Amino acid sequence: MGMTITEKILAAHAQRDRVEPGENIWVDVDVLMTHDVCGPGTISIFKKQFGKQAKVWDPDKVVIIPDHYIFTKDEKANRNIDILRDFVKEQDLPHYYDVGTENYKGVCHVALAEEGFNRPGEVLFGTDSHTSTSGAFGLFSTGIGNTDAAFILGTGKLWVRIPETMRFEFTGEFPPYIMAKDILLQVIGDIGVDGATYRSMEWTGEAVMSLSMEERMTLCNMAIEAGGKNGIIEADQVTKEYNQGKTSIDGQFYSSDSDAKYYYKKTYDASKMEPVVAKPHSPDNKALARECEDVKLDRCYIGSCTGGKTTDFIAAAKLLKGNTVKIDTYIVPATVEVEKDLSIQKIEGETLLDIFKNAGCRIGEPSCAACLGGPADTFGRTQGEEIVISTTNRNFPGRMGSKKSSVYLAAPYTAAASALTGHITDPRKFL
Amino acid sequence: MKKIIEGPAYVLGNNIDTDQIIPADKLMYSLSDPEEKKFYGQFALSGVPDAQSGLPKGQMSFVNEGEFSSPYKIIVGGNNFGCGSSREHAPACLEIAGVEAVVAESFARIFYRNSIDGGFFIPFETEVSVYQEIETDDILRIDVEKGTLENKTKNKTYNLKPLGDVADIIEAGDIFQYAKKAGLIKT
Ligand code: SF4
Repeated sequence: MGMTITEKILAAHAQRDRVEPGENIWVDVDVLMTHDVCGPGTISIFKKQFGKQAKVWDPDKVVIIPDHYIFTKDEKANRNIDILRDFVKEQDLPHYYDVGTENYKGVCHVALAEEGFNRPGEVLFGTDSHTSTSGAFGLFSTGIGNTDAAFILGTGKLWVRIPETMRFEFTGEFPPYIMAKDILLQVIGDIGVDGATYRSMEWTGEAVMSLSMEERMTLCNMAIEAGGKNGIIEADQVTKEYNQGKTSIDGQFYSSDSDAKYYYKKTYDASKMEPVVAKPHSPDNKALARECEDVKLDRCYIGSCTGGKTTDFIAAAKLLKGNTVKIDTYIVPATVEVEKDLSIQKIEGETLLDIFKNAGCRIGEPSCAACLGGPADTFGRTQGEEIVISTTNRNFPGRMGSKKSSVYLAAPYTAAASALTGHITDPRKFL
Repeated sequence: MKKIIEGPAYVLGNNIDTDQIIPADKLMYSLSDPEEKKFYGQFALSGVPDAQSGLPKGQMSFVNEGEFSSPYKIIVGGNNFGCGSSREHAPACLEIAGVEAVVAESFARIFYRNSIDGGFFIPFETEVSVYQEIETDDILRIDVEKGTLENKTKNKTYNLKPLGDVADIIEAGDIFQYAKKAGLIKT
C-alpha cells in the first residue's frame, strides 16, 4: 500500500519507513514559528518547564514574526512585543522581524513564504491555526498551542497523530473569474466546518497545479476552517521558482503514491466553478454570489493572510481601476513586501496604490488588522452592526470586532465588485 | 487524574469557536501573572451570543457579573467544540474559570490537543449527541474510569468515548510530565 505526501513527510521525520493513519509518533521539527499573541505565553511555559537558563533547541529553527496587535496604543499588546524582544536577545535568535524596524514583515504566514522558510518536505509548526498555509509548498505544517510550542522550543520534537487524508482534485481549467477563495469556500460549504477534522486536505489536479504560489497558499490557509490538520499541495516547478533566491535549501519533493489510501476523494470540474460567498456566521454557510445580490453592504475589507497578498490586490485593482467605491473600503496589505508591490505593480500605467486611492479606498499598514477584531483602535475593526464583505477567512460572531456585525467571506474579485455596487455582486458583471 | 467529576452543567451548541470562548481583544492579559490571569476567568465564554448562552433557555451568564470564576464545572457542547484559532487562552480560560471537564460530540483538533497537552481539563467525546437532552444547571456526574456521564437531574446515563492513547498524557498531568515519565526529557 502506498502513502500520501503527508504520511511520507511525517514518516521521514520519525526515521520510519512507513506510518499508518491513527498512529501517534514523535517527529523532528524543522521550523517553529510564533507571533506576538502566542509567543509570550510560549516563552513563559518554556522557562517554567526547562528552567530560567534554558536555551532553545536550535536558534536557527525558531522564527518569530509579530503581526497581530501592532499598530495600537494598547499597553498590554505592546508589552507582548517587549517580551519577544527580550527573549530574542537572551537566546540570540537570528530570525526575528521586529516592529518599527526595517526587518518588520507583517502577517506571519505570508512572511514565512517571502523569507524562504517554506521548504518542500519539511515539518513546520506554528502557534497559529492558519499555519496550514505553508503546506502549499509541499511540506507538513499545522497550528499548535503554547504548551506544544514550548515543548518544541526545549526538545525540537512533538507528538503527532498521523491524519487520514482527503483528496480534492480539480480537473480542467478554472475560468478567469475564479480565485482560490471561491474554490475553498465551495469545498468547505460541501464538507462543513468540521468536515476534515483531524484530517489532511490534499489539493491536486491540473487546475490546482496551474495556480500561483499565492493562490495555492490561500487554498491551504483555510484547511483549518474545515477542521483540517493540514493542507498540502505537492511541490513542483512553480514552488521551486518561487523559492529561488529566498532559501538555499531545495527540500525534498514528495508526491502521493497512486495506490495511497484516502479517507475521501472528490473530483471537481474546474470549469464549472462559480464565485461563492460564505454568509454570516460560519465559513461553511455557502451561497453563490449571484444569489446574494439583495444583501446591502456597509463595508468592504481586503486584507489578511488569505486575501491580502499581491495577487489578491491585482485582482481587486482590475475591477476598481477608474471606478469609485460606494461603501467604506479598507485595503490592508499582509506584509511590507506586499505594501511595496502596491507602489510598483501597475495596471495600464497606474500603480495599484493609485488605483485604490483614486477609487476612494482607505489604505492600512501591513498587519492582521481587523481580521481578528483586536483592540478598539484597530484599523477596519467593526464597532456596531456593520454588514461587511471581506477577503479574510473567518466570519464567526464578533471575529472582526463587534458581536453585532455580520461578515460575508469572498474572493477579492467578488469583494471589489461588491464595493463598487454597495451590495453583494458577482464579479462577472465587471470582468 | 480525578476519578469523579461532579457539578452543574453549562450547555452550549455546535461550533463553539475560540473567539466565542475568549474574544481576541481579551488576549492581552498575561497568563503567567496571577493578578492578570484571573481576568481570563472573568471573560471566559464572554463572546457567546446571549441567545445561545446556557441552553436551552439562553441568556444565562457563565460567570456572574464581577466574579472571576464560574459556578459551572462541566461544559456540554455539540460538535466541533473549540474550532477556530490555536489560542491556548481558550482552554486555559475555562480552567481558570473552574471548569473540570468539557463534554462534546466532537472537538476541533487544536483545542483538543491544547486541553490535553496543557493539562487544563479532560475533553470527553460522547457517542451520541447529548447537548439537546441536558439543560444548563442539571447536575452531572462523570465517572472517568467507567467512561460514563450521568445526568442526576434527569436520571439518565450516557457512554463516553474511550480516551485512547492520550489517556497516558492526561494521567501524567500534561505533555511535560508525560515526556519526563517516558524518559523523553530530563528533569
Ligand atoms: S491575517 Fe487573520 S487569519 Fe491571518 S494570521 Fe492574521 S489574524 Fe490570523
